[in-house]
Amino acid sequence: MQRTNEPWEIKRSLVVKAEEETDMRFGHRPEERPIKEHMRFGIINLDKPAGPSSHEVTAWLKRILSLERAGHGGTLEA
Amino acid sequence: MAGKEYVCVMKLHSDVPEDKVTKVLDEFQGPLYQRPPVRSSVKRQLRTRTIYYIDFFEMDQRNVLFKVGCEAGTYIRKLCYDVGEVLGCGAHMQELRRTRVGPFVEDKTLVTLHDISYLFSQWQETKDESLLRKFVYPMEKALELMPKINVRDSAVDALCHGAHLTAPGVLSLDSGIKIGDTVAVFTQKGEAVTMSKAFVSSEKMLKMDHGFVAKTQRVLMPRGMYPKMWRKNQ
Repeated sequence: MQRTNEPWEIKRSLVVKAEEETDMRFGHRPEERPIKEHMRFGIINLDKPAGPSSHEVTAWLKRILSLERAGHGGTLEA
Repeated sequence: MAGKEYVCVMKLHSDVPEDKVTKVLDEFQGPLYQRPPVRSSVKRQLRTRTIYYIDFFEMDQRNVLFKVGCEAGTYIRKLCYDVGEVLGCGAHMQELRRTRVGPFVEDKTLVTLHDISYLFSQWQETKDESLLRKFVYPMEKALELMPKINVRDSAVDALCHGAHLTAPGVLSLDSGIKIGDTVAVFTQKGEAVTMSKAFVSSEKMLKMDHGFVAKTQRVLMPRGMYPKMWRKNQ
């Protein structure tokens, strides 16, 4: 069989419906988020070693970084 | 759901010539019927999954190394088993590493536990926030591959309270959105607000001046970041 186009290769294009300014008093650009908020809603692309489970590694990180909440994006269920 | 890529070592149960192995691996590209394995976390019913590609790397005696790009929910253990069946010799999955989940790949964003504990302890000493941003990325990173809709500031807080997105709130959007697609809704500053399900296509959305355009399914931004512009008991 032939290769299928991977969904991560899809290119999209933005179309504008209306123009408006954003009020800089509210919110932040994601890369300028205050650090507390950044850590609360952040994502880590972790190179997990084989062996310890995703659940265990999440618990470690939660402790190391002293986070209130932490989760993972899914186990490797082969 | 997010596409995956894996690097896999498959172990054959008897000697097979390389050209035969590569030919069979090629045949497995495309749609595939799979019944989840005995030990799995989903209901074991026959389902279809697409293998986007299989790139054969090398073979050392009975060990076969390849890369596979596939849809979420494809079992690689099962793929190896099925390849073994087609080859007639039997095979099993020996080793597996996931190299992609949706937008996440093994690039400069990838960090080890050692990197994290080092950078974190550096941050504790220096309080330099940029050290934390070296391994923690904004949640918006996870939405990179989704079609997106950018909305007015005035629409944001209503969305945060679970309201559905209406046409006047839309400023710009990706083309090619179809009814029922999951879309990511952003502020003009690029902050994620919700994940929503499109009620209408991109073309229709562009022309509408009132009515619902997307159903809010997940709210990602806390309430109160943007001012409340909608009326309540007023």
